[in-house]
Amino acid sequence: MTAPARTVERRRSFAAWRPALLRSAPLRIAVVAICALWSVPTIGLLITSVRNPTDITTSGWWEALLNPFKDGQWTLGNYQAVIASEGFITAFINSLVVTIPSTVIPITIAAFAAYAFAWINFPMRGLLFAVVVGLLVVPLQMAFIPVLRLFGQVGLNGTFLGIWLAHTAFGLPLAIFLLYNFISQLPRDLFESAAIDGASHFQVFIRLVLPLSVPAIGAFAIFQFLWVWNDLLVALIFLGTGAEQRVLPSALNVLIGNRGGQWHLLTAGAFLTMVVPLAVFLLLQRAFVRGILAGSVK
Amino acid sequence: MAIESRDQTKVGPVRRFAPPLAAVLGLAVIGIGVSILADRNAATNLLAFIYEALGNTQGALDLRNGVGDQLLAKLLLGVVAVFVGVAGIWMLYVGASAIVGLLSPKWQGRILPWVFVVPAIALLTFFLIYPTIGTIITSFTVQTNGDPLAHFKALTSPAYLDLLRNNVTWLIVGTGGSVLLGLLIAGLVDRVRREALAKTFIFLPLAISFIGASVIWRFMYEWKPEAQTQIGLVNAVWTGLGGEPVRWIQEQPINTFALILIFVWLQTGFAMVVLSAAIKGVSVEVIEAARLDGASERQLFLRIIVPIIKGSIITVATTIAIVVLKIFDIIYVMTGGRNGTDVLANRMFVEFYEFFNDGRAAALATLLFIAVLPVMFINVRNLRRQGIGS
Repeated sequence: MTAPARTVERRRSFAAWRPALLRSAPLRIAVVAICALWSVPTIGLLITSVRNPTDITTSGWWEALLNPFKDGQWTLGNYQAVIASEGFITAFINSLVVTIPSTVIPITIAAFAAYAFAWINFPMRGLLFAVVVGLLVVPLQMAFIPVLRLFGQVGLNGTFLGIWLAHTAFGLPLAIFLLYNFISQLPRDLFESAAIDGASHFQVFIRLVLPLSVPAIGAFAIFQFLWVWNDLLVALIFLGTGAEQRVLPSALNVLIGNRGGQWHLLTAGAFLTMVVPLAVFLLLQRAFVRGILAGSVK
Repeated sequence: MAIESRDQTKVGPVRRFAPPLAAVLGLAVIGIGVSILADRNAATNLLAFIYEALGNTQGALDLRNGVGDQLLAKLLLGVVAVFVGVAGIWMLYVGASAIVGLLSPKWQGRILPWVFVVPAIALLTFFLIYPTIGTIITSFTVQTNGDPLAHFKALTSPAYLDLLRNNVTWLIVGTGGSVLLGLLIAGLVDRVRREALAKTFIFLPLAISFIGASVIWRFMYEWKPEAQTQIGLVNAVWTGLGGEPVRWIQEQPINTFALILIFVWLQTGFAMVVLSAAIKGVSVEVIEAARLDGASERQLFLRIIVPIIKGSIITVATTIAIVVLKIFDIIYVMTGGRNGTDVLANRMFVEFYEFFNDGRAAALATLLFIAVLPVMFINVRNLRRQGIGS
């Protein structure tokens, strides 16, 4: 179901058998062109976000690249404007406050469950694990109506606690599945010798399983972090659109609604929502790829 | 499969009473934490309480009046949440498993697994299993005017059929586009130096949210009347080639494809990475043999490599198809479903959130659920084949 992430990193040189012809110019030009094509939209956004508002509406952003030294065309004012008047600082903090607990909390709960599913015999184990795997692909749309109704009864609508719980639960099937795949592959000898030494399941879990599972936990954490950070739908449903509760995607959504044509604000706002995931991507590229690959069954 | 625990060493009085204490403490931490956090004003209340305790009554007053250190309050709330969420939950597990450790080995073996899985199962039951059943029931019972099938009958009206047709278009073009482009690029970059660098460019959009990408492409598709300078790149190129400026996200049916392009731009990187890994898994001998037999590069790719990595292609296509099916953000942000671009997930949100028609929204969600059922069954069946789910 998930791709073998390990092979992504394996480098194999084809140079030995690759005919020289293949390294020819057309191929390389095609690859460079594709890469350029893929980057142009993002670059356009970034450049526009630091151009002055009049220039943005009167000339294409690519023209700024043609004469980059024209006086007064570069500015950080768009960012100042969007931060000062559109609540992006609050939204940024809200995004952090929503995302970090929603990433951290599921890990413990999932790890305990994954260990039990992998290495302890108990009745209905197979059935329960099949349920977890089945839940992997259930659309979140199936959860909203009843959960919101229940939240309304206990006063959790619009609270951070509500969205933490929701994101935790929605992330659990994937977390359990990933950690199970990893933990069940640990060598059996490890557990047998630990049992002979008199270690309880709990001790085995703490001292052996958790430390060994760090790569899988990291992969899940990155995926969940990105998923929650970039999520608009769950935030709209459980936090609502109130100015105090908005996360970055909601704030950007409101900005699009209110200032649809004001590209200097929109581009700066959009870049602010993207800066953390892009930083994660650039700093932790390998782990990021692992996380995306691991999490893509969702 | 399971291993027997042989922890039968004698425990002293301290170790005997520590575990229940930890469990009680864990419950208390979670209980207090939840009672603090379960409030819209949790953040300000918390910091105001601390300010009062420190004698800073003015600061507390400001906070309660909605001014003052609001951001600090929120960050503090986040810290408390992480603390409660991590420390509280850990104490609970530690305490509960230690309590179980006091039982006879036979009962330990019976109860301990449940200590490990019950929190997860409880959350899943509460947030996914119960709601799934609830949503299906809602779709037959709420706002139906006495006819249980009313909502599903309504889904066959022309307006909804358009919506379904859009979903099918998305499913075919969005999935097909991402997979084919991903496959093509994976095949190309496999043959150049600096492969990793090239892949980075294609992969990067995966870090960008659907809504961020929507802003990026709104700007790409920006339309200006013919007399003015085109500031959107797509129209600039289009008019440069001699065309008239096009309103890409208003004009039907091109707008649906313009929206699908955003998705393809985001997801191609995913398909590329998975398929590139698969291509690297094809054995060198097979490729060399084909070359010796005089296969051209195109034949090699289409007739040898693609059939070998068929499994990976299907996996990628399924994964992307599930995402496409639930596509919401792009539509919601770009068109709001207007101009004939609406899809199931967006309409579900609108019916639920704006029209308060829970029954209709539930029916739409149920339709999405039915659409993923085959994938669900295949996943579970594969699990049983591996001997896990039995």
